[in-house]
Amino acid sequence: MTGADVLLLALGAVAVGAGALVVGTRHLVRAGLWLVVCLGALAGDYLVLSAELVAWVQVLIYVGAVVVLLLFAVMLTRAPIGPSDDLDRPGWPAALIGAGSGLGLAVLLVDAFRWSRVELPAAGTAERLGEQVFRSWVLPFEVLSVLLLAALVGAIVLSRPDIGRPAAKAAAGAVEPARPVVAADEGGRA
Amino acid sequence: MRPVIPYVTAALLFGLGVYGVLRRRNAVLVLMAVELMLNAVNLILVTADTTVRAALPHSGQVFALFVIVLAAAEIGVGLAIVLQLYRLRASVTVDDVPLTEAPVGVAADRGEGAT
Repeated sequence: MTGADVLLLALGAVAVGAGALVVGTRHLVRAGLWLVVCLGALAGDYLVLSAELVAWVQVLIYVGAVVVLLLFAVMLTRAPIGPSDDLDRPGWPAALIGAGSGLGLAVLLVDAFRWSRVELPAAGTAERLGEQVFRSWVLPFEVLSVLLLAALVGAIVLSRPDIGRPAAKAAAGAVEPARPVVAADEGGRA
Repeated sequence: MRPVIPYVTAALLFGLGVYGVLRRRNAVLVLMAVELMLNAVNLILVTADTTVRAALPHSGQVFALFVIVLAAAEIGVGLAIVLQLYRLRASVTVDDVPLTEAPVGVAADRGEGAT
């Protein structure tokens, strides 16, 4: 057991404990806050595993953006102070499948790696990762940027009630009459 | 460094995520459980990057970055859907979502007629 092992054990225990609280707590807002602890412990894991850039991206995007978005969603939908009883469906099947997949994977991985030891590779700094991303993985990188744009447009279309629903619009007909005039103008100009 | 420690951590986190997705009824909590599963996969990728000497160095970490980007896109669209669901039904319980439903305008009329 080296220092890295002890750190990995401690951070892993924190991550799994906080993860259990995320899926187990009866307080909606606290689930989001435990998620911060879990993701922060995982960022520490990445640092110990010499993945510097991934660790900081994890802190920036997950802890900074995703959890804040989730907390916004909790606040916008329904955020009772105190415990709520209707969060869970009664579920032995869920516990069975979850424990089965988690422990099954753990047994497989323990069987594969035993108590073997590897040396940590060179640290994954921004320079080295950027070199890889822009040399070997350029195409997936560009495709991902298109996907992010598509997700952005999709989220906007989903959350605007006045686009993408022609039948309901025709029935309501309140804001719509402005559009055909503009279209006709443009058509005339063309 | 013993790679078995982060691997087992990731496996347990994935199991917790599966349990959360199946158990929770609140859609936002389901999304949180999905985040747990995605992070378990990221931990596997980063750990594999240290144990597997691949032809391209740091491929696992690059893939972890890609998964983080995918998760950000997923959470954006997912929360838009959840908020739209809340606007329509004033509830985010996934059990209450009817899977065979007519388009939105028709459903709203019918819902008012039924209740």
